[in-house]
Amino acid sequence: MDSVKELFVILVGSSLVSNVVLSQFLGLCPFLGVSKKIKTAAGMGTAVVFVITLASGVAGLIYKFVLQPFGIEYLQTIVFILVIAALVQFVEMFLRKCMKSLYESLGVYLPLITTNCAVLGVALTNVQKEYGILTGMLNGFATAAGFTIAIVILAGLREKMEHNDVPEAFKGMPTVLLTAGLMAIAFCGFAGLL
Amino acid sequence: MSKILKQDTALERLYNGLIKENPTFVLMLGMCPTLAVTTSAINGLGMGLTTTAVLMLSNLIISCMRKIIPGRVRIPAFIVIIATFVTVIQLLLEAYIPFLNKALGMYIPLIVVNCIILGRAESYASSHKPIASFFDGLGMGLGFSFALTCIGAVREVLGSGSVFGFAIPGFTPIRIFAQAPGAFFVLAALSATQNVLKNRVKKANAKKDELPKGCGQDCAACGVSGCSSHGKFYDEKALDFIELEEEGK
Repeated sequence: MDSVKELFVILVGSSLVSNVVLSQFLGLCPFLGVSKKIKTAAGMGTAVVFVITLASGVAGLIYKFVLQPFGIEYLQTIVFILVIAALVQFVEMFLRKCMKSLYESLGVYLPLITTNCAVLGVALTNVQKEYGILTGMLNGFATAAGFTIAIVILAGLREKMEHNDVPEAFKGMPTVLLTAGLMAIAFCGFAGLL
Repeated sequence: MSKILKQDTALERLYNGLIKENPTFVLMLGMCPTLAVTTSAINGLGMGLTTTAVLMLSNLIISCMRKIIPGRVRIPAFIVIIATFVTVIQLLLEAYIPFLNKALGMYIPLIVVNCIILGRAESYASSHKPIASFFDGLGMGLGFSFALTCIGAVREVLGSGSVFGFAIPGFTPIRIFAQAPGAFFVLAALSATQNVLKNRVKKANAKKDELPKGCGQDCAACGVSGCSSHGKFYDEKALDFIELEEEGK
């Protein structure tokens, strides 16, 4: 029972309370860049969920079975970034060969994910907090779900605001940042959940 | 200023990084650390200087190896070089400046994915000489540090009522500026200021196109009518509008 509770805490904590973009500021570039339309935002979110979950699993495996036995944990940054870049390439090739339809909906977003610092961030957090491989994957999934929630909400707000009368200086990026700030205040409220 | 300095010299590179192509204020690169670690001026400065060190060293090495690295695998090669320096710097910080290491935490290894560093490697170091690249890294890094320290100072003053840890007497801090939402608000204000400046330049340019340009000849002997009918024209040499004197009517 205790472990179920712990997993639930990770799930809620990573996705809502310490939301990856709104309180940890990871993956801001896609968050601000690909949030113009709900449809593309959702596509990006799905791709991120897919890659982060997989990457945290692979990074966990490599940490446990390669880095730890040889006592070279200090190489984690180098190894993780290479693993993530290779994994993204591999996933892209695999999807193109075997799952045409999924590739067509996610394809455009995959190369963009390598530059998403949330992926490396999750892998490093998992090591820092000493999560096991499965727990780490759950944490990765929850974090990515938090990213998807945030980016879809922001895209929805931006679609609504598109034709609003905004002061000249606040057109474009400043309005988006203010909206993100207000969302961050709202997400602070989730702290009461735990 | 940029016209006086010779291209690709140390000084020109420093000016370029600090002012002309300031990574934060002008290029808007590396936003994640900019928002995450600027809760106080000292944290911003620490992050800035750490990034500067990585940027200088990686630019130097990449520039030295630019002829050995095959073009097709250059990005992975750059990433490995950058990640190596980040690891070295992280271990040094852990050993000698532990308080900074603790304050910046996970954001130190994340310097690897800071787009400023890979951006400079790709756009400058991979095609220029080592010394110029080194100073390019130094200039860009100092520009980044300057920006982070400014943003950090603003958030520290508003959010915790102090500057570099010294409390300002009689000021009630607005706590939210030290927390996550405050980062977005400060950056929004910064970005809006930038838009105002950009719009001003755009307006000046639009005006420039509307008016006839000074031809450089004597207006009294000019046969083309219409030039003086606007009452002023744009003089390209003086970069300003020149009011024409009303002829005695």
